[in-house]
Amino acid sequence: MSSEMYARIKENPKFKELVSKRERLAWTLTGVVLVLFFGLFLTVAFAPAALTIRLGSGFVTTGLLFGLLQFIFFWVLTAVYVRRANSEFDALTEALLRESMNGKK
Amino acid sequence: MQKNLMKLIAGLSIVGVAGVVWAGPVMETTQKQPLNVTAIVMFAIFVGMTLVITYWAASRTKSASDFYTAGGGITGFQNGLAMAGDYMSAATLLGLTAMVYSNGYDAYLYMIAFFVGWPIILFLMAERLRNLGKFTFADITSYRLDQGSVRTMAAIGSLTVVCFYLIVQMVGAGQLIKLLFGLDYQVAVIVVGILMVVYVTFGGMVATTWVQIIKACLLLAGGTVVMLLAFSEFGFSFNKLAEKTIELHKLKDQLFAPGKLLADPVNAISLAMGLMFGLAGLPHILMRFFTVNNAKEARKSVLYAAGFVGFFFNVILIMGLCAIVIVGTKPEFFEGGNLGGKLIGGGNMIAMHLAMAVGGNLLLGFLAAVAFATILAVVSGLALAGASAISHDLYARVIKKGNVTEAQEIKVSKIASFGIGLVAVILGIAFEKQNIAFMAGLAFGIAAAGNFPVLFLSMYWKGLTTRGALAGGYGGLTAAVVLVVLSKSVWVTVLGYATPLFPYDQPALFAMPLAFLLAYVFSITDNTERAAKEREAFSDQWVRAQTGFGADGAVSH
Repeated sequence: MSSEMYARIKENPKFKELVSKRERLAWTLTGVVLVLFFGLFLTVAFAPAALTIRLGSGFVTTGLLFGLLQFIFFWVLTAVYVRRANSEFDALTEALLRESMNGKK
Repeated sequence: MQKNLMKLIAGLSIVGVAGVVWAGPVMETTQKQPLNVTAIVMFAIFVGMTLVITYWAASRTKSASDFYTAGGGITGFQNGLAMAGDYMSAATLLGLTAMVYSNGYDAYLYMIAFFVGWPIILFLMAERLRNLGKFTFADITSYRLDQGSVRTMAAIGSLTVVCFYLIVQMVGAGQLIKLLFGLDYQVAVIVVGILMVVYVTFGGMVATTWVQIIKACLLLAGGTVVMLLAFSEFGFSFNKLAEKTIELHKLKDQLFAPGKLLADPVNAISLAMGLMFGLAGLPHILMRFFTVNNAKEARKSVLYAAGFVGFFFNVILIMGLCAIVIVGTKPEFFEGGNLGGKLIGGGNMIAMHLAMAVGGNLLLGFLAAVAFATILAVVSGLALAGASAISHDLYARVIKKGNVTEAQEIKVSKIASFGIGLVAVILGIAFEKQNIAFMAGLAFGIAAAGNFPVLFLSMYWKGLTTRGALAGGYGGLTAAVVLVVLSKSVWVTVLGYATPLFPYDQPALFAMPLAFLLAYVFSITDNTERAAKEREAFSDQWVRAQTGFGADGAVSH
């Protein structure tokens, strides 16, 4: 019975829309995080001097700044995802499930 | 009465040689500054509070769902705190502060790698975990695969990670109480073992979660207060702080450059991968996704958890740097008053010494009580995850094939938590001399290579079959364990050989791709009828993962 329901959900164009929109966002954000993070670690491995440049006259280095920005930026990205998923994607899911339920009769 | 307590502690501490060595200086300071009793009182208050919670939780823990997942009634915010609490262990507070103190910028990189798993777990896994799972992550791995063999594999993966992680926590507990109370290391470890078994067996996930939430709040508050007090000595100026640390630290301005910890590129990348994907394979963290009502709350949990963890890591950076100046210049924190020599209580006690230096006995007492509470809370989470793997996966689903009452299942998990407590105490004593932050890294490597690849493939790849899952799971786990044994931390430090056979600290870079490869090869070459059915079953699983339709509800059963 639930297998029938699953088939019906899958046929609904809203399902494709939901999956493609969410996958696109999730993988884009994952890509951004991975590129920046491994970028930092590759810099550590192959160009460590680039991380020790002092900014202005102070003691804050490029390495510290990039580090702090990773913390902040990655958290902002989680907020972006949660916001879109909890509003847009959840609304879409709800509509999708409602339609698929009604189609049962 | 205070005197009697001191006598009791002094008496207990003569149990071992280490105890005698320790009793001297610690007893002296305790008698000169009787405020140290505050530490004991604060810890006693915490234990008292948690026991009351456990008593309350016990009355609410009736069904298996209550026991494993607090009935699914935890909110996203509460769960975020609890997840952050599970993640911020004693190794975080003590080990990472110590790492900043001795390695500077390297430790910051280490913490970024510890942090970056959170966004990844949110984007790729959080809602799927919630939509597909019930009590353990093995529910998902074995969703459309052979229940018996795949669940067994996932349970073994969970238990291995739990074991390694428990060692970290137990060693931290022993060292901490040794310093604070002058108690023998072994006594401390046994106390932690007993309390943890009490929380888990009587209060299940409800008690474990609330112990974790309280502890997370205390830890965040305690760390922040120490950081603010210490930082205020530099007028909250990072430049002033950095200038002083460079002047005093033996690394000089290399303190703010990538250093020896990550000098080898392969080692650095492997470490980064282990910490990052390890998060997504830690059974006690994954289990928390099942304690919330729906995918929406699961996502929020990660948002809050990541916020708390990220904030705290930056607090630790400032704490560690301040300690270089504040602790590093005070002879009373070094053995024999020898500046730059061995720190009293070992390198991991930096955070505690800093608290003492900026806030006196009261703050030391508070932070020590918080650290001890942290250990208790984390070991409880681990014990519960381990016990669930034994009772829900191995006993109920594999041995009894689902023909078991909830009461029986809960009973087995209680016996299992007792067994885990016993093992934890034994391992805690055996691994006394290890650096605890480093050991946490090892647990992560095994989580990343043993648990994560198959869990990930089971959710994302239609082609995964039972045969592939078993090959990938066991292959990754074996590779990770073997590489860890052959690495410096075990081969040289524990077994006493001269040079390690595996030159890197982290196995993830090698073990993780191997696990994926094995899972892939053994799946695509699997032409059995069962494999065909398993691939076919992916479609329904995919829809459920995406929409949550058919997912285990909150207050179901």
